[in-house]
Amino acid sequence: MIPYVLKRLAGFVATLLAAAAVTFLLLDALPGDPARFILGINASPEAVQALRLQLGLEAPPLERFIRWIGGMLQGDFGLSYTQGAPVSALIAERLAVTFPLALAAMVISIAIGLPLGILAARRRGSLADTGLMMLAQLGVAVPNFWFGMLLVLLFSVTLRWLPPGGFVPWDENAWGAIRSLVLPSFALALPQAAILARVMRTALVDVQSADYIRTARAKGLTMGEAVWRHGVRNALLPVLTILGLQFAFLVAGTIIVENVFYLPGLGRLIFTAISERDLILVRGAIIVLVVGVTLTMLVVDLLYGLVDPRLRVRRASR
Amino acid sequence: MSIRDHWAGRALRHPSFVIGLLGTLAFIGLALLSAVWTPHVVDRVNIAARFAPLFGDYLLGTDHLGRDIASMLMRGALTSLTVAAVAVGIGLVIGVPLGLAAAIVGGPFEWLILRVNDFLFAFPALIVAVLITTLFGPGATNAMLAIGIFNIPVFARVARGGALSLKSLDYVAAARLAGLSSLAIARKHLLPNIASLVIVQATIQLSLGILAEAGLSYVGLGTQPPGTSLGLMLRDAQSIFLLHPHLAMVPGLAIMFIVVSLNLAGDGLRDLIDPRLRKEGLPRVAA
Repeated sequence: MIPYVLKRLAGFVATLLAAAAVTFLLLDALPGDPARFILGINASPEAVQALRLQLGLEAPPLERFIRWIGGMLQGDFGLSYTQGAPVSALIAERLAVTFPLALAAMVISIAIGLPLGILAARRRGSLADTGLMMLAQLGVAVPNFWFGMLLVLLFSVTLRWLPPGGFVPWDENAWGAIRSLVLPSFALALPQAAILARVMRTALVDVQSADYIRTARAKGLTMGEAVWRHGVRNALLPVLTILGLQFAFLVAGTIIVENVFYLPGLGRLIFTAISERDLILVRGAIIVLVVGVTLTMLVVDLLYGLVDPRLRVRRASR
Repeated sequence: MSIRDHWAGRALRHPSFVIGLLGTLAFIGLALLSAVWTPHVVDRVNIAARFAPLFGDYLLGTDHLGRDIASMLMRGALTSLTVAAVAVGIGLVIGVPLGLAAAIVGGPFEWLILRVNDFLFAFPALIVAVLITTLFGPGATNAMLAIGIFNIPVFARVARGGALSLKSLDYVAAARLAGLSSLAIARKHLLPNIASLVIVQATIQLSLGILAEAGLSYVGLGTQPPGTSLGLMLRDAQSIFLLHPHLAMVPGLAIMFIVVSLNLAGDGLRDLIDPRLRKEGLPRVAA
């Protein structure tokens, strides 16, 4: 297990470094001088030069890259020159919206998707199965942000149960904050639940016809016991893969769904930063997203190893 | 009975494939038609006729600028399809050769390609779009590039997986003994045999591409006015859909219609090409 973990960790660090390098190179190549931006058009060339030196912009790219990475490791993402605040503080403030949203959507999609998938698999070929899979087919095809608009029409405009948008900060009114996240998290969760239901159904159907289940049945176990004792671990593997991919894309999806509900999340921060050409902020936000995605992949890989002992050997030798 | 008849017969007995195929063709037909004809001039602003109701002078009504929604829908479908198709093209042209090369060459080269694949997976299309927009400004080209880059590792993986399973077969060994180069083997023996897998994946990526384009245009990173796409129509509807729900309903239903059609056609195609692959719920994750 330990070589497997080390190998995965090394891959994780390498991916992150490469991602950071690409992001740095791309955004460093951009025209536009932060010092000129801060001082305004009327500043003298000498003043701009002095500030460039002070900001460390005159150093060679490699040195700046290393300094940037080093800073981030200590939690220093630099200073946003449009907002005059540390990038880390700005991002942290927005993550208080984006992260709970992605997490809630994940939990909801599991709570809906897995039981429905199991139900469909156990009643394979029945009317319930066909109906559920048709619903899943529709769910996969619905853009999450459009589903959000439909939810607003139903639950905010017609029924008036929940606010149509906006966000109450956590420290002001936690209940209000939760209420403003309900519709967005369901909007995000539905397409994911549809995918999960399909994967869970397929995985369980496969497991039910496996040789080892037949053996277990021959030993005298009931179908339920056999599937529970021997099948679930195997059925979990594909589900786990999808869950990992999903969380990564949920984080990206929140950025889109935020727009429907006017939530002050990471997405709005990024779009403002782009329009104001606040590159340090864009860079920091992108790195945070990439870390989120990569970290999820790592966790999934490690869980994989835990669930399936075969992988510890096979994967490590890949 | 020729193989062709056999195929057609099986295809016709697969109802969801037929429905999906017809839906896809209808959608593509309407989109292509918009290049030469639309019921009204696309994007002609006519404030006097704004918010016209459904099924009146305008089949699907008009938006807040008095533009004909049916015409915009047709033109928008063309944009969405073009973006998704070009993105699939990028994935095919770069991803498939990379995957084939990885399978044939093996060794450190394969390792490198797998690592690059992993690396690309760390960048969802949305993040790539953000990067490209920061560099070059927003536009439909961005959406194509961003979704295309996301498609590369997907196709590379399919091609490599398919080629690996063929590589050890006798006829490949025979071809090598006959003196064919790796390139010739890849072109003559591997590529034709993985084509079906690749085509099925292409329909899946096409439907994902349409969803992704919608998302990117909706947040302003994709198609820009005066162009129009299904996602951009939803962006326009965003601030007024509470008062005029049909402005959001029409483009949204159109997206659902084409994605369901493509998925049904893709699933059906997979069943027809290789019944052993009859599995639902392949990983499908958009944007």
